[in-house]
Amino acid sequence: MTRGCYRLAKGGRIDRTAPLRFSLDGKSLSGFSGDSLASALLADGVTLIGRSFKYHRPRGFLSAGVEEPNGLFTLGEDGRTEPNVAGTSTELFAGLVARRQNCWPSAAFDLMAINSWIAPLLVSGFYYKTFMGPTRGSWMFYERFIRRAAGLGRAVHQRDPDRYETRHAFTDVLVIGAGPAGLTSALTAARAGARVLIVEQDWLLGGSLLREGVESPAETWLRQIEAELASLSNVEVLRRTTALGVYDANTVALVERRDHLQPDGAAGEPRQITVTVRADAIVYATGAAERPLIFANNDRPGVMLASAARTYLNRFAVILGKRALVATNNDSAYATAFDLAQHGISVTIADQRAEVQRSLQEQARDLEIELLPDTAVVDVLGGKRVRQVILGSPSEGPPSTRRECDLLCMSGGWSPVVHLTSHGGIKPRYCPEIAGFVPGGYAEGHYGVGALTGSVTLADAVKHGVEVGRSAAAQVGCEFPTIALLPPSIRSADHAVAVLGTPRTPQKRTNKAFVDFQNDVTLKDITVAHQEGYESVEHLKRYTTLGMGTDQGKTSNINALAIEARLRGLEIPAVGTTTFRPPYTPVSFGALAGRSVGKHFRPTRRSPLHDWHLAHGAAFTEAGPWLRAWWYRWAGPTVEQAYIEEMRLVRSAVGLSDASTLGKIDIQGPDATELLNRIYVNDFARLPVGKTRYGVMLADDGTVFDDGSTTRLDETRYFMTTTTAHAAEVLSWMEFLLQTAWTDLKVHVTSVTDVWAAMAVAGPKARAALELALPGHDLSDTRLPYMGCMEIEYEGVSLRLIRLSFSGELAYEVYVPAEYAVAFWEHILSRAAPLGIKPVGLETVASLRIEKGHVAGLELDHRNTLKDLGLGRMGGTGKAYVGRELSQRPALQAQERWSLVGIECLEPGKPLRGGSILFGSGDKIEGHGRGYITSVTWSTERENFIALALYQGGLKHIGEEIICAYPLRGEQVRGRIVSPVFLDPKGERLRA
Amino acid sequence: MLRIPCPVCGVRDYTEFLYGGDASKRRPAHEASGLQTWHDYVFLFDNVKGAHREFWQHVVGCRQWLIVDRDTATNRVAGSRLARTETSAYEDRDR
Repeated sequence: MTRGCYRLAKGGRIDRTAPLRFSLDGKSLSGFSGDSLASALLADGVTLIGRSFKYHRPRGFLSAGVEEPNGLFTLGEDGRTEPNVAGTSTELFAGLVARRQNCWPSAAFDLMAINSWIAPLLVSGFYYKTFMGPTRGSWMFYERFIRRAAGLGRAVHQRDPDRYETRHAFTDVLVIGAGPAGLTSALTAARAGARVLIVEQDWLLGGSLLREGVESPAETWLRQIEAELASLSNVEVLRRTTALGVYDANTVALVERRDHLQPDGAAGEPRQITVTVRADAIVYATGAAERPLIFANNDRPGVMLASAARTYLNRFAVILGKRALVATNNDSAYATAFDLAQHGISVTIADQRAEVQRSLQEQARDLEIELLPDTAVVDVLGGKRVRQVILGSPSEGPPSTRRECDLLCMSGGWSPVVHLTSHGGIKPRYCPEIAGFVPGGYAEGHYGVGALTGSVTLADAVKHGVEVGRSAAAQVGCEFPTIALLPPSIRSADHAVAVLGTPRTPQKRTNKAFVDFQNDVTLKDITVAHQEGYESVEHLKRYTTLGMGTDQGKTSNINALAIEARLRGLEIPAVGTTTFRPPYTPVSFGALAGRSVGKHFRPTRRSPLHDWHLAHGAAFTEAGPWLRAWWYRWAGPTVEQAYIEEMRLVRSAVGLSDASTLGKIDIQGPDATELLNRIYVNDFARLPVGKTRYGVMLADDGTVFDDGSTTRLDETRYFMTTTTAHAAEVLSWMEFLLQTAWTDLKVHVTSVTDVWAAMAVAGPKARAALELALPGHDLSDTRLPYMGCMEIEYEGVSLRLIRLSFSGELAYEVYVPAEYAVAFWEHILSRAAPLGIKPVGLETVASLRIEKGHVAGLELDHRNTLKDLGLGRMGGTGKAYVGRELSQRPALQAQERWSLVGIECLEPGKPLRGGSILFGSGDKIEGHGRGYITSVTWSTERENFIALALYQGGLKHIGEEIICAYPLRGEQVRGRIVSPVFLDPKGERLRA
Repeated sequence: MLRIPCPVCGVRDYTEFLYGGDASKRRPAHEASGLQTWHDYVFLFDNVKGAHREFWQHVVGCRQWLIVDRDTATNRVAGSRLARTETSAYEDRDR
C-alpha cells in the first residue's frame, strides 16, 4: 500500500453517493458506482495486483481498458468463478469478489518469483530446448511441473448456475464504438431516418472523450448527443456490449453483459446475452489503443500508459502518485502531463524527440513542468513500485540523469484497433503517417471512421463521422438533409503521430525490457528468436508466444513488428501482420452456448407413445435425436435380463413394439411407380395395389444407401418406409432427383413420419391378438396375406395394417394416426391380454432381427454393396436403377470383399462383442484382421451368443472356426462362421 | 454466417438449408450406361475458387432445391433460383 494513490474529493464520472463494497483476496474494500475494479483498487492504494505469467514479476495495471495485459483477476465463487478477467474493464458492483492470480502465498510475497532468478534460462523457445530427454515421455514428465509453475487463473469444474440467452437482431446501420466518431455517424444516420444500432463495450458512451475532465466542453457535447440519441425511436444503444467478430453477409456477433445487475439465473435473468446482428451497413468506430515504450524494467508497478493515467484521473478521480514522469515519443502524452500538473502533481516530461511544438513547450512552462527533449527512459528502479527513473539519450549511450518518481506514464504512439475490420480477410495496411496499421480496405457496405482510420484530430473524426453517417444512411435508402455537427472544442490532439524508434537494449544483461507484458516476452526474446532463424511474423509469434495471451497482443503487436523489421533490415509493411481472428476480447463459454446446454444441446424427438412408455416402466435409449423405449421393467431389472425375456415372449406368444420413429413418406402422382422403380434396385413396376415390397436403394456410387418397405395403396399412391436414421436423407434425395434431374416426372413426395404412429405386433399369436383388437375384421391369411396391406376403419379411426416382419415371426405393422396412438396401443394390450401380449423394446426388436439375418443400420454404413450384404439377387432385373452402373465397378466386385456372415459363439459363458475384429484361427492377432462383428445378441433360439459380421470372402468360409478379438478389453473368443439366418430359413413362420 | 435468398421464402440463414454440392454438372439420363459417364458425374468436379454454382435445399422451409451463385473465395452470395427452372433450361438447350 502506498499513500501516493488516493481518490479526489470532486470530479470524475463516479457517483460518490453510491458506495459499493467488494472484496479482494478476502479483504473488504470499497469503491463507488461508476468505478471499474481497477480504479477502485487504485483509489484504495492497491497497486500490486498480481505476478506475471512466466517470471512472476510484481505487476500493476498497465492500462484502463480491454487491452490490459497485467491486471487479471479471478472473479466470483463456486460455479460462478471466472479466471483471467481484466480488472480495468470490469464494472464494479456491490458484492464483487475478486482474487489476484498467479501468486502464492500472496502477491506481495510470491514463492514462484524464483523464476525471475533463473530467468536467463527461460528465454524464448526454452520449452523446446530445455525439457528434452531420452524418451518421448520426458516432456510429459516435465510438463506437469511447468503447468503448475506458470499460468494465470484456474478454472473450476462446478456447474455454472447463471443463465445465458441468445437473440437475433436486424438493423440498417450498425455502429461499433461510441466514441466521438461513432456517435457522430450514428446520429447522422439516425437523423436521416435509418434504423441504427450502436454497440459500446464500456458502460459509458464517449470513448476517448471520457479521458477529458467532467468540466470540459467534451462532457456537454457528449450529454447532448446522448440525449438526442435517446429521444430517437429508430436508435437502439447497447452498452456493455462487445462486438466479438464480423462474419459473412454482414453478420456480427455481440455479447451484452449484465453482471452489474447481479442477475438471478434461477429466476431466468440472463447474465450475458449473445446477439447475432444482421446489418445492411456497418460502421467501425473502434478507435485506437496506446502502445507502451520499451525500456528496461518497463513492467514495474506504477508504470502505465499515459492515456490510462489520464483516464484514472479524469474519469475515476484517482490520483496515482505524487511525482510523475511522462515518457513519450508523441504529442498526446502532454495532455496527461498537463492534467496531472493541474492537480498539483510534480511532473517531468521525457520526450524522445529533439524538437517539441512551441505551444506545448509554453504550456509546460506555464504549469511548471520540467521538459527534457531528446531524452528516453533507460531503466526503472523499484521492485514492487516505481521509485526512480534513469534517463538518457534515445539512442545508445550512458545515462544522463535520474529522477525520483512514483508514477511513470509512457506513450509509444497509437495503434488503430483494426481487428474487426480484418475478420473478413482484408489484411491491414501500414500507414507511415501514423506509424501504425489501418484497415487495408472495407467490404462493401462497411465504413471506417475516427481514430481507426488513422485520423488524428477530433475535428477530423467528427467531420468524417458525419460523412460516413450520411453514406450509410443513403445506402439503406434514407436521405435527409444532413445537419452539421460541431466537434467539442477541446484542444487535445488525441492520437498524435508517433515515431517507432528503436528501443535501447537494456544496459545490464539481466534487465528485461518487456514487449508483451502478459506472456513475459522481452526485447531479448525477440532478438534470440530472430538469431535462431524464427524471422517471419508467424514464427515470431509462436516461438516467443508474443501476442498469444488473453490480450491478443493489443499492446505488443506493433512494437514487436517494428523490432522485427529493424532486425531484418526491412520496412514494417514487408514484415506483415498475423491474422486477426474473433473473438476480439475473451468470451465466456456460457455466452456461446446460450440455452443449448444439457439436453437442450439439440432437440429431442419423442414417439407419440413416449409418455405411455415412461409411465409403464420403460428405460429409454437415444437413437439419433429420438428417445426410444429400450426395454421394460416387467421383463427384468436390467437390460441384459429384460431383453432376453422379451425375446422369449415374442418367439413364443406375441409382443407389441413401438416403431413410430421409422421414416414414412407419402408418394402420389401418375409417375409414382416410375419414381420408385428408378430408385429401388428391385422391381416396383409390377407391385399390385394392396401389396408391400421390401426395397433397397443404392447411392449414386453403387453402395447401399437405405432399405425399407413400400406399400402400394392405389394406382398412383404409395406409402414408403425408410430406416429411422436415413428418413430425412431419403426424402431430400428423392426431392433432389425430382427437382434437378427428373423434372418431367409428375409425382409429389411428402414426409408423414410424424403423422402416423407405428406399432409392430409380432409372434405366433400375432393374428389372434389383432383379431381380438379388431373384432369384425377379416384378418385371415387369404384376406391379408404375407406382404399385403389393408386399410380399415376402426371406431372411426383410419388404420393401415401391413403384414410384414422384421423379427421373422408372423407379424403385422399397424399404422395409427398419431393422435390415436396411445388409445390404440392400450386397446390392443387390453384386448389381447389373455394371449400374454406385453410391450417389448428396441433392444429386443434389434435382437430378433439379428436372429433372422436382417441387415439394419449397423450394416448399412455406406461402404457395403448389395452383394456384400447378401442381397445381390435383388438387383439383377435388367432395369436401370440409381447406382447400378457404379455398383459394377471392379473394386466393388472383388472376391475378397468383406461380406455378410453369421457367427455363433463356441465358448459358452463368454459373450461376443459388437466391433470385435475377426481373424482366421491360424492368424496372428494383429492389424485389421479379416472382418468385424456388426451386430450381436443373445439368441433364445440357439441359447447362445450370435452375431452378424462382415468377413473376407463371406459365406465361402461357412463352418470355419475364427477368433473374435476385442482389444479394448483384451478378450479373444472362438467362434464359427455360419449362415446369417439363424432361424426359419424357409420363412414358414412369416407365412403362417 | 451465409445468408441465402430463397426465391420462395426470402433471405434466410444457411442453417435452414442442406448443401447439395456442385450444380454445374448435369446428371446423366437415368438409362445412361457406361462406367465412365457415371464415374465422371459422381466423383469428378472442379474445385472452383471464385464464382460457384451449387445446390442448396431449403429443408426448414419450402423444401425446394435451389441453385445458388456463391463465390467460394469471398462467400458472397450473388443470387439464387429454383433448380427446376434451371433444369428446364438444360432441356430446352438440348432440344
